[in-house]
Amino acid sequence: MTVSTPPTGAGPLARREARLAWGLLAPTLLAVSLVVILPLLAVFWISFKPVGLADLRPPAPVVREDLRGKPQTAGDEATIRYRLRNSSQDKVISGVVLTDTWPEGLAPVALDPRCTLNGEALRCDLGDWEGGFRDEIRLDVTVGQAFLDAGGDVDDTEAAIAGNAENILTNASFTLENFTRIFDGAQFWSVFGVTIFYTVFGTVGALVMGLFAAMLLNRSFRGQGFLRGLYLFPYVAPVIAVAFSWILLFDPFSGSANALLLQMGVTQQSINFFGERPLALIMVTLFEIWRYFPLSFLFILARMQSIDTDMYEAADMDGASPFQKFWYLSMPQLLGILSVLFLLRFIWTFNKFDDIFLLTGGNAGTRTLTVNVYEQAFAVSNIGAGAAVAVVIFSCLLVFSFFFFKFMSKEEGL
Amino acid sequence: MSLMRNGYVTGAVLGALWCFVIAVTVAVCLSFATGAAFRPSIGWSVLWGAGLGVAALRGWRVLLGPMVAVCVAGLVGFGPLVVGDAPMLAEVLGHAAVAGFAALGLSMILEEAEPAALTRHVYEEAVIRFLTGFGYIFFTAIVVIPFYVMVMTSLKNQAELLQNPLDFSLDLSKGAGLLRSYFELFSQFNFGSYLWTSFFVSVLTVFITLAFAIPGAYAVARLRFKGRAAFSRSILLIYMVPMIVLALPIYIGFSMTGLRNTILGIVMIYPVTTIPVALYMLQGYFRGLPSEVEEAGLMDGLSRLAVIWKITLPLSLPALASVSLYVFMIAWNEFLLAFMLLDDPSKFTLTRGISSLNSSEVPRQHLMAGSVIATVPIMALFLGLERFMTKGLTAGSVKG
Repeated sequence: MTVSTPPTGAGPLARREARLAWGLLAPTLLAVSLVVILPLLAVFWISFKPVGLADLRPPAPVVREDLRGKPQTAGDEATIRYRLRNSSQDKVISGVVLTDTWPEGLAPVALDPRCTLNGEALRCDLGDWEGGFRDEIRLDVTVGQAFLDAGGDVDDTEAAIAGNAENILTNASFTLENFTRIFDGAQFWSVFGVTIFYTVFGTVGALVMGLFAAMLLNRSFRGQGFLRGLYLFPYVAPVIAVAFSWILLFDPFSGSANALLLQMGVTQQSINFFGERPLALIMVTLFEIWRYFPLSFLFILARMQSIDTDMYEAADMDGASPFQKFWYLSMPQLLGILSVLFLLRFIWTFNKFDDIFLLTGGNAGTRTLTVNVYEQAFAVSNIGAGAAVAVVIFSCLLVFSFFFFKFMSKEEGL
Repeated sequence: MSLMRNGYVTGAVLGALWCFVIAVTVAVCLSFATGAAFRPSIGWSVLWGAGLGVAALRGWRVLLGPMVAVCVAGLVGFGPLVVGDAPMLAEVLGHAAVAGFAALGLSMILEEAEPAALTRHVYEEAVIRFLTGFGYIFFTAIVVIPFYVMVMTSLKNQAELLQNPLDFSLDLSKGAGLLRSYFELFSQFNFGSYLWTSFFVSVLTVFITLAFAIPGAYAVARLRFKGRAAFSRSILLIYMVPMIVLALPIYIGFSMTGLRNTILGIVMIYPVTTIPVALYMLQGYFRGLPSEVEEAGLMDGLSRLAVIWKITLPLSLPALASVSLYVFMIAWNEFLLAFMLLDDPSKFTLTRGISSLNSSEVPRQHLMAGSVIATVPIMALFLGLERFMTKGLTAGSVKG
């Protein structure tokens, strides 16, 4: 009697299914790794390199070719001139080689010792160039009829030039300077503090406002759909449009908000909302709350509408007051969605760049970590330091997402 | 606490608060509409409001007298609303509105309250009604005001705005002249081309995103393979990577390969930012579809791909619509990448075009007109398809 054992490993069907799955996922995997994973690795790489904005264009030899003298008839003499230059002012280019194909009908009178002519192909070995190197090569030639017939243009075939320059992005020199620079001094901690303030208050504010708005709309009345649509406007409109209208609204000279406050006697002189130190940060946070309360409101409303009404009827029978119903019945039901929203919004607010960049440009004490990436990389032209800040952001993100997944798994079995 | 729950105290306090809210609202509305000086008076608001609140306890008929009194007091100069020099009509309208809305609101807020000790239930109902009324006014105001300023500024000119920043009244006799900044944007600032580029890029992004996300989402939702759980998590993780972190190497890479400053580069990069979220939204929906229908198709001899094409996709059209809308919105509103990668004005998207208007040489109304041009299409699309949008937004990230 044979002992029957259950099959082990994956059967052919299961294997086929897995193959199909990977096939369907392949395009996404490819695209995502190309645009997300690769850049992330690049950020890590760059953060350890002393790279400035100017280094993005690696040093290269440059050549311009022209014909001097105006040859009219066959036998006239002319000069072909190559003007050479190193595009970089301080980097060395080694082993520069110039190659060119001459048009027919040119005969060399005297060749530069660096150059050899083989038929129509010219090759010049130009050696190593210092930064800021400039030179000229003049080659005297006599022109033949064939050259004049062809139009007499040496530019028809472009001269090619190549050399080896050390590219700072790919060489093996590393430095910790970027990290010491960004962690140096009090600036980092003030940036970090601003980020935390913005993130915590922006997130909590948006949640509280969202909860309030959801409670307003969690009843059916005429115009409920309209109001719901209206309250989503801040989230749906392009950030650039609403950011500029906020700037205009709160302008210290011609802003309506200031005019209104002056007229109502709340303040005696106009307030520079986006230009003063603690106020600018508060305004930016308020903008964040204003722009993202619709998102929390949408999620909370969806959850509210799925709560069973039986429970409330039972509570009514027991004589519970409205606040009691809210606190003891609704809140526990909403706690799950609120905490998930908190984590999600916390991460997204932490990552937010556009809003602050458009409102204040990171001035007046509103520079968060993300704005700092831009400032370091483009305003100070130090790409390496920008990448180092980006690495710091990414590490924070990893910590947050650890909590997120730990919590989410419990919350919805993801 | 028990003192608060006396009808008179509740009525007076809520009345004072409500009257002040209404006075502020009316003052702000009229200021924005006429540009004249309207302001609420805290003292008179509290006094009159408390009176109205107490009167409201005795039913709406008793309220009519005090309501007229508030209106008349306002005209004489002792009302909740203080008016500087304003047109007569606006002034009368303002006082009437304050008195009317204050009385109407209070009669609703204090509907069940009586001039005696209140039960906890009645008291809390009244407070909640007050908060509800306040909430509607508050949220509507904060949402509407920035958009109102945006639209009205685009219809005026710089000199008028500097003179009185509150005066948004329009000179209708100008007719089409009101739309001057729009004409100038389209004729001199090339906004027609920006609009087209934005539309083109967004639509292309939607199609590319769907082409990548549909098969991926199906695989994650339905097929069993090793690493499925890890995969669906890493999608979310990628969704959380900040764009600015990626923008830096993308900028470097594009600079080196010559893709910077090309529409091709933009079209390549936008879908990748939207694929993770689209994939996540779609797989949630696919999971909710009954798998029996698909299995029936498989039994009848369709291949998996045919099942997706003939059964799953037609069933998930609503989800596809909302995902497309959401992706379109992201691509249309995208600013950071367009700002970093595009320098050539002939290739600008709309958001990039608007940011180029933000200089001291371009008048403010042009900036706002540009903002309106960018906002109107997405709003129209959104209001028209609001049902899909709300569903799509919620369906994606969090269940239940």
